[in-house]
Amino acid sequence: MKWGVVTFPGSLDDRDTLHALREVMGQEAVALWHKDESLGGAKCVVLPGGFSYGDYLRCGAIARFSPIMRSIAQFAGDGGLVMGICNGFQILCEAHLLPGALTRNRSLSFICERVTLRVENSHTPFTRAARQGELLRLPIKHGEGLYVAPEDELRQMEERGQVLLRYVGADGALDEAANPNGSTRAIAGVANQRFNVFGLMPHPEHATEPLLGGTDGLRIFQSIIESAA
Amino acid sequence: MRVKVFVTPRQGILDPQGRAVEHALKSLGFDGVNGVHVGRYIVLDLQAASADEARAAARRMCDELLANPLIEDYRFEVESG
Repeated sequence: MKWGVVTFPGSLDDRDTLHALREVMGQEAVALWHKDESLGGAKCVVLPGGFSYGDYLRCGAIARFSPIMRSIAQFAGDGGLVMGICNGFQILCEAHLLPGALTRNRSLSFICERVTLRVENSHTPFTRAARQGELLRLPIKHGEGLYVAPEDELRQMEERGQVLLRYVGADGALDEAANPNGSTRAIAGVANQRFNVFGLMPHPEHATEPLLGGTDGLRIFQSIIESAA
Repeated sequence: MRVKVFVTPRQGILDPQGRAVEHALKSLGFDGVNGVHVGRYIVLDLQAASADEARAAARRMCDELLANPLIEDYRFEVESG
């Protein structure tokens, strides 16, 4: 399967994502530049983590105006698969391709740690290789990951199953102490209504080899590979 | 024409930065601080024929980029002369 990984000025995890896709998973992956208009024939486009445009104004607010974002909006509109990781999630929210917004962590601190996530909906292109309720251990590293959305929107998202990942305790139960950034309803990852756009704060690309401390991130990539097959 | 834009965390949305500053002020002994909100101050230098035109332009800029209505409120002042 062919992947596209976008580099914005200030992206950090673009190379790591390409490495995970090519070297670890044996996938074909093209590096895309923010000024590109073509997505290079990719079946899934990944917006990686980092600090695009220095996080000026708000995280993701400026990247949204990059030329490639027009192509990505069109691609998503046609049903193409798009995944935003961390800063990529923030960009997708700012571009209104995903509901809600991400703001400053409750603690005001930048958090870099491994967290436990529960798969809340395994019937999506991004989670189908996981079991419903499966626990994944993935790293997070962000200062602005507190997920916010209007209450009525949240209710509808829950009903439709758009919340794909939630922060939970090691036992899999909801626990406010295990919610690292204070996200509303402990939300860590959401999909759009059509389930072809997905954003998450944790980093699956940094959990793809035992050397990195775990391989649970492969579940997400395998899901996408299965659904594109 | 100069337009001053004030962007603040939206009422009712958790504002950890404002909360932290509020705690710091209280620990300095400033009693009677009932709330603190930390936001952004943006100064626009606009070419506009009238204050109304500048206001309309500033409103569009706020709605489309300068503020995120999900998490932020904004207000602005047009400086005459």
